[in-house]
Amino acid sequence: MFIHDDEASTVQTSSSPPAERSDSAAPPERKLQRHRVRRGGSTGEKLLFLALVLPNLALLGMFVYRPLIDNIRLSFFDWNISSPTSTFIGWSNYIEWWNRGDSWVVVQNTVIFTLAAVVGSMVLGLALALLLDQQLVGRGIVRSAVFAPFVIAGAAIGVAFQFIFDPRFGMISALLTMVDLPVPNFYQDPDWALFMVTVTYIWKNLGYSFVIYLAALQAKPAELYEAAEMDGAGQWATFRSVTLPLLRPTTFFLSITVMLNSLQVFDIIYVMTRGGPQGNGTTTMVFQVYQETFQNFRAGYGATIATIMFLVLLVITAIQVRVMDRKTI
Amino acid sequence: MNPISGPSRAMKVAGYLAMLLVLAIIALPLYWVIVTSFKTPDMVYIQPPAWWPDPVTADPYSRVVEQVPFLRYFANSLIITGALVSAKLVLGILSAYAFVYLRFPGRGVVFMLVLAALMVPNQITVISNYALISQLGWINTFQGIIFPLAGVAFGTFLMRNHFLTLPFEIIEAARMDGCGHMKLLLRVLLPMSWPTVVAFALITIVNEWNEYLWPFLVASDETVAPLQVGLARLISTDAYIDWPMVMAATILTITPILIVFLLLQRHMIKGLTSGAVKG
Repeated sequence: MFIHDDEASTVQTSSSPPAERSDSAAPPERKLQRHRVRRGGSTGEKLLFLALVLPNLALLGMFVYRPLIDNIRLSFFDWNISSPTSTFIGWSNYIEWWNRGDSWVVVQNTVIFTLAAVVGSMVLGLALALLLDQQLVGRGIVRSAVFAPFVIAGAAIGVAFQFIFDPRFGMISALLTMVDLPVPNFYQDPDWALFMVTVTYIWKNLGYSFVIYLAALQAKPAELYEAAEMDGAGQWATFRSVTLPLLRPTTFFLSITVMLNSLQVFDIIYVMTRGGPQGNGTTTMVFQVYQETFQNFRAGYGATIATIMFLVLLVITAIQVRVMDRKTI
Repeated sequence: MNPISGPSRAMKVAGYLAMLLVLAIIALPLYWVIVTSFKTPDMVYIQPPAWWPDPVTADPYSRVVEQVPFLRYFANSLIITGALVSAKLVLGILSAYAFVYLRFPGRGVVFMLVLAALMVPNQITVISNYALISQLGWINTFQGIIFPLAGVAFGTFLMRNHFLTLPFEIIEAARMDGCGHMKLLLRVLLPMSWPTVVAFALITIVNEWNEYLWPFLVASDETVAPLQVGLARLISTDAYIDWPMVMAATILTITPILIVFLLLQRHMIKGLTSGAVKG
């Protein structure tokens, strides 16, 4: 699920260069062929195209686009997901969502979790990439170690970290008692529970930001650094005025992918806290969609939250694209 | 940070200390899981928690196999992952071939339609998909888990980008020799594409092996539930939790994917970064 969604935005940010390449870098034969495209290929070629593309397109249409539209329709209904009948109730679900106090607690949890996850994993990922880009013996092992948790299932990490954070018998408790610090109750205190879930998420996903930043650092041109050194720029100045601007496209790409991914977290939260403690201590919007639909059997209300979430995602992505566009120009 | 002069001695020492710290943060939780999986149940409930099992016992591992249908979950994971990876490889490679080498009116629009599917989060489609799957009577079946996940957007994109980098002269030459489409794909293109195919396969294996939400919703018992769903069920009761057994199950669940990762990480990272860095 994860890399899947990460790649979502890989595609978004990088789909244009390859497309351009197909036009500009194409040898003359290709241009000729393109010319013929307008008149269309032979019938046999068109049929083959359909035969190769349609199965995939049908699956995506059936299980991605159809439910996306259907989800919006469902948000205007009162429906318990198993019954064959549903009642049209107009904007009632949206009005209920706006007026219910728990909606805003959940939105707040989602914002805190997402912001902490995005900022935390990107800052740490960049710091690690800078560290492991240095000539240090054994950096290969550390690189692998940092990336490894990213391939472990969120569910498995959730199970493991639930015990690691056990307030009495867990590893964190063992570490804190060693230095005589009080052990917070990660299971009962909503703030500490949200902290626990966020730290677990960052531990798992840090490796992704790290490898993307590392690849970007390795691709940077050395001349700029030579110039910076000749100008007598210190390390911090070089970092601020050379490295960071060079990394801007990568930072932009990561800010979108990591945000989209962390907004969608279900496995870690379900396994570790079931959205609790105290009702909705760690409930995020995605988790609330699950709860309302599959536990409270209010699929219409669940669909409403899912629709709101999707609209917010669209708006945030659009804003990020505009802001970054302006900065890069 | 500065590639020309190289870091000073103090920076080097700081660098190694930082590396040790990072290694500890990644390795300690895994160490804790492993140590716990070799403890007796009593040993878990002493305070302060012990960093080494005493006595060391492998019983938790036998309890996993005895008390949990662990091998069944494992087989289900293999079936689901195997089916999805084969389906996605075939669909992705064929679609990419069509998008690069076949003429069709509106080809670019169709490609965007495939690509845009990546922007739609799973969580938004589950309600409607669940209703559809239950209408079909596919709840708690393999086809119910597999079909909704089988469409491939990322792989199509990855393979298409790769095909676009292959020299067109070779393809022209093969066509002049009367090479048909299937022969061109299997004999000419794929042999030049193994690194990309491997990256595609690896990313898909990791994704599908780790998938949780959809199998969790569709699988109601161990007949089709994959490992991740089965593992999470072990701590779903409020009753007594046999932590050494749960930690042993966790080790058994994550080991296969970690082995795959350690052997082939370079290919996987190449696939992940190929689109990201150019941008």
